[in-house]
Amino acid sequence: MTIPSYATRGERIWHYVFLGICGLVFLFLIGPLLVIIPLSFNAEPYFTFSKAMLSFDPAGYSLRWYQDFFTSSEWLNAIKNSFIIGIASTFLATVLGTVAALGLSSRHMPARGAIMALLISPMVVPLIISAAAMFFFFSKVNLAQTYVGVILAHTALGIPFVIITVTATLSSFDTTLIRAAHSLGANPTRTFFKVVLPLVTPGVVSGALFAFITSFDEVVVVLFIAGPEQRTMPIQMWSGIREQISPTILAVATMLVLLSMLLLTTLELLRRRGERLRGLSPG
Amino acid sequence: MSESPAAPLRTADGVPLKVSLRRTVRRSKIKALLLVAPLLIFLFIAFLMPLFEMLWRSVDNPEVSTHLSRTVSALEGWNGESLPDEAAFAALAEDLREGQQERNLGLLSSRLNYEKSGMRSTISRTARRVDTLEPPYRASLIEVNDTWGELDTWKLIQREASPYTISYYLAAVDLQLSPDGEIVKVPEHMRIHATLFWRTLWMSAVITGLTLLLGYPVAFLLASLPARHSNLLMILVLLPFWTSLLVRTTTWIAILQSQGVLNDVMVALGLIADEARWQMIHNKLGTIIAMTHILLPFMILPLYSVMKTIPPSYMRAARSLGGKPFLSFRRVYFPLTIPGIAAGGILVFILSIGYYITPALVGGQSGRFITNYIAYHMQTSLNWGLAAAIASILLFVVIICYLVFNRLIGVDKVKLG
Repeated sequence: MTIPSYATRGERIWHYVFLGICGLVFLFLIGPLLVIIPLSFNAEPYFTFSKAMLSFDPAGYSLRWYQDFFTSSEWLNAIKNSFIIGIASTFLATVLGTVAALGLSSRHMPARGAIMALLISPMVVPLIISAAAMFFFFSKVNLAQTYVGVILAHTALGIPFVIITVTATLSSFDTTLIRAAHSLGANPTRTFFKVVLPLVTPGVVSGALFAFITSFDEVVVVLFIAGPEQRTMPIQMWSGIREQISPTILAVATMLVLLSMLLLTTLELLRRRGERLRGLSPG
Repeated sequence: MSESPAAPLRTADGVPLKVSLRRTVRRSKIKALLLVAPLLIFLFIAFLMPLFEMLWRSVDNPEVSTHLSRTVSALEGWNGESLPDEAAFAALAEDLREGQQERNLGLLSSRLNYEKSGMRSTISRTARRVDTLEPPYRASLIEVNDTWGELDTWKLIQREASPYTISYYLAAVDLQLSPDGEIVKVPEHMRIHATLFWRTLWMSAVITGLTLLLGYPVAFLLASLPARHSNLLMILVLLPFWTSLLVRTTTWIAILQSQGVLNDVMVALGLIADEARWQMIHNKLGTIIAMTHILLPFMILPLYSVMKTIPPSYMRAARSLGGKPFLSFRRVYFPLTIPGIAAGGILVFILSIGYYITPALVGGQSGRFITNYIAYHMQTSLNWGLAAAIASILLFVVIICYLVFNRLIGVDKVKLG
C-alpha cells in the first residue's frame, strides 16, 4: 500500500496512524504466542518473568519444565493417547470425507446444498452440545469411556474440514484432463493414479491435517465421553491450567506453538504445490 | 428434411437419445449418492442420533410413570380438590415398598425434587419406614411425613405421570409450573439461566464487534499490499489460528493474571502500585480479551477474501470524481465489504456463543457463559434433563444463525486457511 502522490497532509498522517493501528493488532495477535516461549525456560516455578530472566542471567533460565514433561509418565501417556486417537480418527475422516467429496462434486448430485449443510454441521454445532449429546448416546450403546467412542466422535468432528478442503480442490479440477488422458490411451485406473490423484492429493492432505489438528486439540468431547484411560494431551493441559501448579504447561504450549508453525509451513507448501501443478503460478 | 418431428433422435444402438440421456443422468446420480452414502450413514449414527437422543432427553419424563405406576393409575380421575382416597395412599405405599426393595427410588426422588424441594428427603424417609406402615395408609403416611397430606404433592404426582414434560425447558429459562399448572417465574434467588443466556448473547455481540473493529483495518491492509508482503503478514494471522486453543488461553492467563506479565510490567514501569494490580482475568474482561484474540482470525479471513476481490480502481475513481477520502470509503468501499462483514460476523458470533473452554478457564464467576452451565448440569448437579434442555435451546439459536449464514453466504464458500 503506497500513498498516492495527490494525498494531502492529513491523509499522510492518517496513513501512518493506520499502519500503527495495524501494527498494534498484529502485536495483539502474535505477542501472546511470543511471550510464552521465553516463559517456558523459567527456572522458577512461576508463570511470569523472574528478575534473573530479565537481566539475562543464565541461571534464570533452565530446561527443567521440558525435562519434567519428557520424564512424566502422565504426559507421555497423554501424548500417546492423543496420537492414537488423532491418527485413527484422521484416517477415518479422510477416507469417508474424500469419497463423499467425490460424490458431492458430481454434476448430478441431488440435493447438494442440503447434504453439504448437513455434512458441515459438526463444525457448526457448539462442541459442548455435541459432547453432551454424544455422552447421552454413547453411554447408552456402551461406547462411552472407550477408545472407539472417542475415535468415532473425533471422526465426526474432523469430517467437515476434509469435505471443505477436498470439495474446494475438486471444484478447481479440470475434468477435460481425464478425457485427455483417455484419448491418449490411458485406462481409468492409470488415469486415476497418474492424473487425478496427484492433483487432488494436496487438498486431501491438507484436509487430513485439519482433521488431525482438530482431534489433537479437542478438549470438550474427550472431557465428557473419555474415561481416565483415554486421557489426551488437551485434557492433561486442561487440568494443568486449572490447577496451575507447574510451568510444565508452558513448555508444552511452546512445543505446540512450534508444531503449529511446522503445520502452517506444510500447508503453505502444499498450497504452492497445488497451484504449480494446476499451472496457476510459475514453479 | 426427410425426418418427421415425431421420430426421435436415436443413439448408435437404437435407444431414443432422451431415454439414453435420462438413464445416464440417473446412473451418475446414483453413483454420486452411493459415494456420499457411507459418510451420511456414519454421521447419522455418530452425530445426528446423539443430537436426537439429547432432544428426546429434554422432554423425556419416565420417572413417575415407571416408579409410581400404581399410584398414577389410582389417581386417574382424581379431581384434585381434596386429598385422594385411601386406595391412592395404599398404592403409594406399595410403590415405595417395591422401590425400596429394588433400590431404585433415587431417580424418582431427584425428579420430584426438581419440581418441589424437599421431595427427595420425603421419599427417602418414607421409603425407609415403609415396612412398618399399617393400614389405613392415609393416616400412617401423613404421620410419617406430612408432605403426603399436602394437596400440591398429589397434584405434582398426577401432573408428572405424563411421559413428556416441558418443565426442563421452563427451568432452562427460570420458569416453573405452579401446583395449579400455571407457568410462573422461579423465586428471585434461584434465577440464573436467563441471566446467563443474556450474558452469553451480549458478550458474544461485544466480542464480534471487537473482532470487526480490530480485524477490518488488518484485512484492508492485507488486501491492499502486494502479494509478497501480504503473504508474510498473513502468517501472523494464521499462526494463532493454527495454534492450540488451550495454548492461547494459557498465554492469556500468564499475561493477564494479577502476578502476570502485564501487571508486572506496569508495576515495574511505575504505572500502577504493587498493591493495586489490575484484576484482568477471571472476570468478564478476561473472557472478552481472550476470546477476541482467539476469534480474530475468523473475522480477518472472510473479510480479506472479500476485500481481495474489490478492484483498487474503484477508490481511485471515487477520488477522481471529487469524493473526500472518508466519503469515498463510506460510499464506495465499505458497502462492497458488507458480505465479508456478514460472513465474519455470523461466524464469530456462532463460535462465540458456543464457546466453553475459554470462559471456563478465564471467565471466573462473572465471565461464564451458558455453556458452562450445560457442563455444570452434566457433571456436577447431574440434572441431565435440564442440561439437555439448555443445550437444545442453544442449538436452536445456533441453527438459526447457521441457516442465515448458509442463505447469505453459503457453506460451500467457506475457505480454510
